[in-house]
Amino acid sequence: MLIQTENLTRHYTIGTYVVQALRGVSLAIENGEYIAITGPSGSGKSTLMHLLGCLDLPTSGKYLLSNTDVTSLSDLELSRLRNQSIGFVFQTFNLLPRVTVMKNVELPLLYAGIDSRIRNEKIEAILERVGLAHRKTHCPNELSGGEMQRVAVARALINNPQVVFADEPTGNLDSKTGKEIMTLFNEIAQEGNTIILVTHDPNIAGYARRQIKMLDGQILEDTK
Amino acid sequence: MTIKDLISSSFNILRTHRLRSFLTILGIVIGVMTIIAILSLVQGLNRSVEEQIQSLGSNTIFVQRFSWGTGRMDIQEIAKRKEITIDDAWAIARLPAVDKVAPQRNANISSLNYQGRTAKQVEVTGSTPDLQYTTNYSIESGRFINQEDYNRKGQVCCVGGYIVDNLFPTEDPVGKYININGKRTLIIGVLGRKGSFFGQSQDNVIIIPLSTFNKIFPKPIGMQAVFSGISIQVLPKSAKHLEPAIDQIRELMRRRRGLGYDKPDDFGINTQESLREIYKNISNIAFIVMIGVAAISLLVGGIGIMNIMLVAVSERTREIGLRKAVGASTRNILYQFLFEAVMLSIIGGIIGTLLGVGIGKIVSAVSPLSAAVPVWTVFLGIGFSAAVGIFFGIYPANRAAQLNPIDALRYE
Ligand SMILES: Nc1ncnc2c1ncn2[C@@H]1O[C@H](COP(=O)(O)OP(=O)(O)OP(=O)(O)O)[C@@H](O)[C@H]1O
Ligand SMILES: [Mg+2]
Repeated sequence: MLIQTENLTRHYTIGTYVVQALRGVSLAIENGEYIAITGPSGSGKSTLMHLLGCLDLPTSGKYLLSNTDVTSLSDLELSRLRNQSIGFVFQTFNLLPRVTVMKNVELPLLYAGIDSRIRNEKIEAILERVGLAHRKTHCPNELSGGEMQRVAVARALINNPQVVFADEPTGNLDSKTGKEIMTLFNEIAQEGNTIILVTHDPNIAGYARRQIKMLDGQILEDTK
Repeated sequence: MTIKDLISSSFNILRTHRLRSFLTILGIVIGVMTIIAILSLVQGLNRSVEEQIQSLGSNTIFVQRFSWGTGRMDIQEIAKRKEITIDDAWAIARLPAVDKVAPQRNANISSLNYQGRTAKQVEVTGSTPDLQYTTNYSIESGRFINQEDYNRKGQVCCVGGYIVDNLFPTEDPVGKYININGKRTLIIGVLGRKGSFFGQSQDNVIIIPLSTFNKIFPKPIGMQAVFSGISIQVLPKSAKHLEPAIDQIRELMRRRRGLGYDKPDDFGINTQESLREIYKNISNIAFIVMIGVAAISLLVGGIGIMNIMLVAVSERTREIGLRKAVGASTRNILYQFLFEAVMLSIIGGIIGTLLGVGIGKIVSAVSPLSAAVPVWTVFLGIGFSAAVGIFFGIYPANRAAQLNPIDALRYE
C-alpha cells in the first residue's frame, strides 16, 4: 500500500475563526494508480493534496506513506521524502525565472546531492521524454504555457518519485495544450507511475482510472 | 547542494540584479575602503615617524624649560621659570653617566640668499661641537664646527643638503660665504642628509657655534623666550646609562634651581620615548576615530544588506516554497540566503580593499605621506565584510528558511 490515511482533518485558524478544510478523510491508494480528485471550489482538494504531498501536516488523523508515519518525521526527513518520493506539478508551473530549462529540471537532483555527470544524463533523458530536448538552454519566459508545464512535469519526474501530484495542471492552459499535457500524464501513468491529479474539470478527470469526489472537506464518492 | 552550486546560484541572482547589488554593497565598500586606506596610511606614518624619532639619536636626552606632551601647557607658568643656561650644560657634562653634552639655541630665518638664489625658512642652530654626536650628524664634506670656532665666536657654519640644493646647485659650498642675519659667514662643512618629514626637509639647516649665535641673534624676550631659549642635548655613556643619566640630571637640575623637595620639577627632561608617547597618543585618537567611521559605515552597509535580503526573501517567497516542495530542507534555504548575503558583502569587501589600497598608493604618490599595506589588513577587510554579511544576513535567511512551503507557494 502506497498511501493510507485515517480520518485526516485539517483546520485553519484565522483569528478566532476556524475553517474546517478537511473533515475526516480516509483513503487507501495502491502503487501505480491513476487518480483524479474532483469537487467544487473550496471543497478541500488542494488541502488534501498538500497533506498527501507532505507539504503540510494534518490537524489530526493518521497518514502513512509507504508505511512510514509522516506526522512523526522531522523537518529534514520530510524534505528528504519530498525530494525522493514525491513529485509536484502546479497550476502556475512554478518554474524559476531567469534560469534555463535544464537548471529548473536539475533542482531536485541538487537537493538529492547527485553528481553532476549523472545529473546531466538524467536531465537529457527526462527532457527527451517530455519532448523538450531542443529547449534545454531556454529560459521559461521564452517558452509557451504547454512547454512550461512539460518542464514542470520533467522536474517532478526527475528523481523517480513514488507518486506525482498535479494540482489543476491544465488550469492555465488552453484546451488543446491541456489535452497534450493530459496525454503526457496518460503515458507516464502507463509506464507504471502513480499519479494523483486535482481538477474540477470532469473532462480532465475522465483521463484517470479512479475518481474521488470531494465536498465540504469530505469524500463524497470514490469509484474504487 | 554543494558549495559550487551555491556559489553559481548566488552569482546568478547577483547578476540579474546588478544595479541593486551594487548599491547594496556601497556601504560595505566605503567602510572597508576607509579601514584599509587609513590603516595603510597610519602604518606608513608609523614607519616614518619611527625613522624620524630614531634619527634624533636614539638615547639623546633633551633638557628644556618644559616637558613634551600632548596635555595642556600652562605657558604663563613656563615663562616664569628660570632659563636653562650654558653653565647647566657644563654641569651636566660632569655627571658620571653622561658622555656628551650640547647646549643649543634655534632661530628661523625667512630667506637666505646667495647670488640671486634663495632658500626659504632656514633653521639656524647655534650649538657646540658635540652636537655632531648628540644629533647624529654626518659630514659630507669639509668639517663640523669645533671648539676653536666656539671660543673665538667664529663666523663659520655647516649647511644642510637642502641649502646646497637651493644655493649651490653646481658648485662646492665649502669656502663660500653666506649672509646670516647680516653677518658674512664662511661655510666650513656640508652635513649628511637626513631626508624629509611630512614634506618638511630636515636638511634645511645651518649650524653655527652657540657663541656666535648669541652674538648675532638677539636674546628672545617674553613669551618668545619660552620656546627659543637654550635647550641641552645630552648623550649618556651608553643605552644602559640612559635611566641613571636622567636621574642624575634631574637631581642636578633641581639642586641648581634650588627646588625644595616638595616642589615639582620646573624643567623638562625629554627623550625619544616622550616623543613616541606623544605620537602614540595622537595615533590612538586617530585610530579610535577611524574605527568609529568604519564601524558606522559597516553598520550602514550591513543594514543595507539586511534590507535587500528581506526584499529578496519576500520577492522570492514562491521560489522558496517551490524549492521546499522539491526537497530543500530548512537548512538548505538558510544557507542559500546566507550565502547570498555573505557573497554580497565579500564582493563589497574586495572592492573596498582594492579602492583602499589604491587610495593609499595615490596618497603616497602625490604627498609626502607614505602608505604601507600589510597583507593582514587585506584579510582584515575581507574578513570584516564577511562577518558583516553573516551578522546581517542571518535574520533574513532564517526568515526565508522558516517559511511554510504551502504558504510560500500560495504567496502572490
Ligand atoms: N492557508 C489557509 N488559511 C485559511 N484557510 C484556508 C487556507 N487554505 C485553504 N483554506 C480554506 O480551506 C478550504 C479548502 O481550500 P482548498 O484550497 O483545499 O480548496 P480547493 O478544493 O482546492 O478549491 P479550488 O478548487 O478553488 O482550488 C477553503 O475554504 C479555503 O478558504
Ligand atoms: Mg485548489
